[in-house]
Amino acid sequence: MSGAALPAPRGRTAHRLVRSGSARASLVVLALIALACLFGPRLTGRAPERAYPDLRQLPPSLTAQPSPTTLRPALERIAFRMRAALAEVEERDGRLRLVLTAPGGVDERALVYLPRSDLFGTPRVVAREDGGRRLTVEVPVRRLHFPLGTDIHGRDLLTRILVAGRISLVVGLVATLVAGGLGIAWGATAGLAGGAVDAAMMRAVDVLYALPFVFFVIVLVVLFRPGLILILIAIGAVEWLDMARLVRAQTLALSRRDFFRAARALGVSGLRLVTRHVLPNALGPVIVAATLLVPRVILLESFLSFLGLGVQEPETSWGVLVAEGARAIESAPWMLAGPAGFLVATLVALNRLGDALADAADPRSGL
Amino acid sequence: MIGLALRRLAQGVPTLLVVATVSFFLMRLAPGGPFDLERPLAPAAMENLRRVYGLDRSLPEQYLGYLAALLRGDLGPSFSHRDLSVADLFARGLPVSLTLGSLALLLALALGIGLGSLAALRRGSLADRLVGGLAALSLSVPSFVAAPLLQIVFGLGLRLLPVGGWEGGAPRNLVLPVLTLALPQIGAIARLTRASLAETLRAQPVRTQRAMGLPPGRILRHALRGALLPVVALLGPLAAGLLTGSVVVETVFGLPGIGRYFVEGALNRDYTLVMGTVLLVAALVILFNILADLAAALLDPRLRPDA
Repeated sequence: MSGAALPAPRGRTAHRLVRSGSARASLVVLALIALACLFGPRLTGRAPERAYPDLRQLPPSLTAQPSPTTLRPALERIAFRMRAALAEVEERDGRLRLVLTAPGGVDERALVYLPRSDLFGTPRVVAREDGGRRLTVEVPVRRLHFPLGTDIHGRDLLTRILVAGRISLVVGLVATLVAGGLGIAWGATAGLAGGAVDAAMMRAVDVLYALPFVFFVIVLVVLFRPGLILILIAIGAVEWLDMARLVRAQTLALSRRDFFRAARALGVSGLRLVTRHVLPNALGPVIVAATLLVPRVILLESFLSFLGLGVQEPETSWGVLVAEGARAIESAPWMLAGPAGFLVATLVALNRLGDALADAADPRSGL
Repeated sequence: MIGLALRRLAQGVPTLLVVATVSFFLMRLAPGGPFDLERPLAPAAMENLRRVYGLDRSLPEQYLGYLAALLRGDLGPSFSHRDLSVADLFARGLPVSLTLGSLALLLALALGIGLGSLAALRRGSLADRLVGGLAALSLSVPSFVAAPLLQIVFGLGLRLLPVGGWEGGAPRNLVLPVLTLALPQIGAIARLTRASLAETLRAQPVRTQRAMGLPPGRILRHALRGALLPVVALLGPLAAGLLTGSVVVETVFGLPGIGRYFVEGALNRDYTLVMGTVLLVAALVILFNILADLAAALLDPRLRPDA
């Protein structure tokens, strides 16, 4: 976007927006989160539901896992299962040299326990001594990275957060479209119809405003099986009221303008009036309202998921992960920190972007 | 003023009727019933239960019966809490929820108006930007994130406050839940106060008062009166937000309020308990909207019907 002297209001709005530092920062943050959620799960190299039973509740760390502290107990468990004792452990550049002993002889077939445990590769027998009672084995250690730690089942939190983010973001966008579309249709119809129809339609909005709508959403979701579609419908049904009021007010203001009267006098149909005249002229406020709607929708979805009424396992969303983290705050506070950080960062960025849009669209706000 | 209050109360009645109707039929449309256990009851026992609770009658009959009882102020027996009526459950839970809600509202109003005024008076200053940032953050941190965070910091880390429990409403147990409930409201009120007061302070009357040499405190008092109108209009949605927040706060902090009954009742298909809770919440929200209108009329003579 170039040209400080663009005369069209929309160009000026866009220019102001680009100049606004907080809008730029928000856009960058949102783009990064969206890209990470889109492509990240593939790059982390493991499925979100893949559990590592030996690596439960690891704290976040950049160093490779397993660390020496987790390695020893895991080895001892395997040795116990093999009915052998761990005599010596020595680590040399990613390979372990184990000496296993058993009074009745070490069963080599039991070595399959090693690769089965996620932590180790295929073992190789180096030496057999003492009539099979003393076995020296070399086994590579798998190098796994869990930058944000693991959860109570040993699943990688980073992958899970990114996959959950897909759901949260998609719900945010789709439910906003549903609510926005409903609100625009309702508001434009009321505004164009005018008179008794307008009064009745807006009275209905007033009544709905007075209702504790979130409670209805909870009833809906509990009574009919919780799931993605129901959440989208429920949230869309709740959040359209503001948009309806806004679009009606814009339509009423427009309907007094000459070009609008002319279009009507020419017999332009209602739908065409809305798409050709109402929406293009009300675009600024509608976009601002829609941008501020997205964080509210994401918040509502994670609220429902937090209560266990939203997205269900094996699917997951940020609300589900925050709920899991809240249950484990004493033993594993990072399980809360990761998803909460992503959720809050997204909400902050969306809210700031909406505010910046509103400022840029408002001619009275400072230059 | 009294006429306005009465008229608005009368307008609330049809709204409550809509709420009662929608929640009644929504509950009945849903699959499952209140007596569906993992091990099905004997048919005769089921028949008995359904007769005792009046579920054997036709749906319109039940609906009219419920409305008639409602007019007498009877919310019916709870289906899942044996020997307790919905009114009994409310008598236990409501004091808890109301204590939390009213304290949170007071805290939010005091801090929100205070911080918002500070920001408006010192526009562009460090304090202004700080308040703006904090308000945006408080609006973006969901209560179900804030609650466990507060538990970690003050309960587990500093060991200053208990992480949960009610204990008869001991002040120590109230701090964290009230703070959690108030946090998003503080942000909303502060932002609104700042925007509204900043505009009022630029307006003609304030300039005149400045020119006349009125002390800044007096000017602020005059300006706040008008500037608080949008904040007062927000009271209705605020009350609704507090009630929604109480569901999370009561779950996370383990408090025996009515927020918990709601989710629990819906899961157990406790028809009367869910309808009672929805009606109660709707009545509270309507009441707050009326109070907001009255407060607005007090602040602004132009809004009084007799003016």
